Amino acid sequence: MDTPSKSLKSYWRKNVQYLLILLSIWFLVSYGFGVLFADTLNSIQMGGFKLGFWFAQQGSIYVFVILIFVYVRLMNKLDKEFDVDEK
Amino acid sequence: MDVQTWTYILVGITFALYIGIAIWSRAGSTKDFYVAGGGVSPLANGMATAADWMSAASFISMAGLISFMGYDGAVYLMGWTGGYVLLALLLAPYLRKFGKFTVPDFIGDRYYSNMARTVAVICALFVSFTYVAGQMRGVGVVFSRFLEVDINLGVVIGMAIVFFYAVLGGMKGITYTQVAQYCVLIFAFMVPAFFISIQLTGHILPQIGFGSTLAGTDTFLLDKLDGLNQELGFAAYTDGSKSVFDVFCITAALMVGTAGLPHVIVRFFTVPRVKDARISAGYALVFIAILYTTAPAISAFARTNMIESVSEVSINDLPTWVTNWQSTGLITIEDKNNDGRVQYVADAEQNEFVADRDIMVLANPEIANLPNWVIALVAAGGLAAALSTAAGLLLVISTSIAHDLVKKQIKPDISESGELWAARGAAAVAVLIAGYFGINPPDFVAAVVALAFGLAAASFFPAIIMGIFYKRMNKEGAITGMVVGLLTMIFYILKFKFGFLGGGTAEDWWLGISPEGFGFIAMLVNFTVSLVVCHLTSPPPADVQDLVEDIRYPRGAGQAVAH
Repeated sequence: MDTPSKSLKSYWRKNVQYLLILLSIWFLVSYGFGVLFADTLNSIQMGGFKLGFWFAQQGSIYVFVILIFVYVRLMNKLDKEFDVDEK
Repeated sequence: MDVQTWTYILVGITFALYIGIAIWSRAGSTKDFYVAGGGVSPLANGMATAADWMSAASFISMAGLISFMGYDGAVYLMGWTGGYVLLALLLAPYLRKFGKFTVPDFIGDRYYSNMARTVAVICALFVSFTYVAGQMRGVGVVFSRFLEVDINLGVVIGMAIVFFYAVLGGMKGITYTQVAQYCVLIFAFMVPAFFISIQLTGHILPQIGFGSTLAGTDTFLLDKLDGLNQELGFAAYTDGSKSVFDVFCITAALMVGTAGLPHVIVRFFTVPRVKDARISAGYALVFIAILYTTAPAISAFARTNMIESVSEVSINDLPTWVTNWQSTGLITIEDKNNDGRVQYVADAEQNEFVADRDIMVLANPEIANLPNWVIALVAAGGLAAALSTAAGLLLVISTSIAHDLVKKQIKPDISESGELWAARGAAAVAVLIAGYFGINPPDFVAAVVALAFGLAAASFFPAIIMGIFYKRMNKEGAITGMVVGLLTMIFYILKFKFGFLGGGTAEDWWLGISPEGFGFIAMLVNFTVSLVVCHLTSPPPADVQDLVEDIRYPRGAGQAVAH
């Protein structure tokens, strides 16, 4: 492949941008809510759960699943937009 | 019908199913054998990945482990699921576009060096053998507990089954048996969970029951459990006893390790397109999350049940499941103060009740008074979990040898059918070695599981990530990074798990990081060393930079190419 065209470069930049946003959420719900701030969040009660505990043992996993599906949607759209999708 | 008859019937049916699938999906070419021909649907691959990933440990031991750890158990829950986000976003699509057969393939081509390839092969073999020994043992244990056969005979039966479909069918046979095994294991895990959740909380979904009040009272399950734990001198269930920093490091090491495990990564080589690899990681995590969000609920239910059925209960009035499992040695009771009652307390001196962590899942159906077929189902599920993981690992071992060593290095002119036979032979030898370790488990297996994740985190993960996202990374940087990362990890494990090199106790851990969490640090070491060395040496050749450019765009992925 030759040097990437300008549009391919901006495809990649956009891709990396999506990754940074999604991975920040990934970090926030697991390491943030589930670990670092778990004690603070535990003062909030959600049903029978303390919130920090819920994020650590349940919530973060749900968010992980959602993140992957959001990523798939975003990327499929981006692939079409830049015409790099698979035929 | 009694439990044994049911177990023979259910295990018999599932084994017949696996063998039938193996005969139907024989591998005809090396491409079939390595990547199932590259034509697996994303949904099927998702299920296969889930079965591949969830081992005997996830199925049998994890819920019990969490019930003794409380909040700290979150390291496993987040660690073994969060890695899939990394896989889906940072690895799977690009490696699929790269489109070859193995992880060492990528490392070898991207870093244009057979030395890099060999380092990767060694890591892949080490990680996979460490794991597979535990799986074969798991098969033997399930057989001996439920069918009262000798553990060793159980291992041999498990070997025979895996041998049959892994050697005959390669990745193709493994993929479709794993789909069946996923269905068996998830059904077997969920049925008792639903029943117990209804009994304790009145909600059918364990995930909801976990946060609800106990049936017929106004007390939340978790509040009750916190209270029980504290009364007996344990930390509150929803509080941890590990330091925040250690929890952080262990979670990170497990996540990154998961994303770097070769038997998981190769599953994404089997789907037809890049977009299939992405969505397939999503499906895989959904299928995994079903078990992983249920497990902590089971942990809390089982711990509540256990404390209530034994604590301060007269030894003569213990429920039958306690006495049943006492005879297997998994529960031991010793009336130390001779008061005729069971004291279950945190203080080891006065504690009279010891339960193996596996009890929580294995005895669940009995605790809930479920019919015999449910108990038998748990046995079939445990076997499915152990066999599916073992098969995936054996495949990595055989591909690493047949493809990355024989074809790529020792004998490049080997014919297609010769390579296929080499792969079958390697799989056969690997089954025998795994069986040997299953029958004679070295005592260090438990200790080296931390090492397996640590090695994957310290070697593969940084090398692959930089291979994709950092075009300037060259072979000098990547190889030094992998080697230094590996050595750092091995040093820490030898020192603190085996007591070599001066040894040390928990007080001596660097920054309080346990060996399980050290993979995270070793990974950072790898990244740092790679970047420094890379900038002191010359950039990679133009064709390698083109390769990196090429894997970033999905178009033209085609099927995994033979080469």
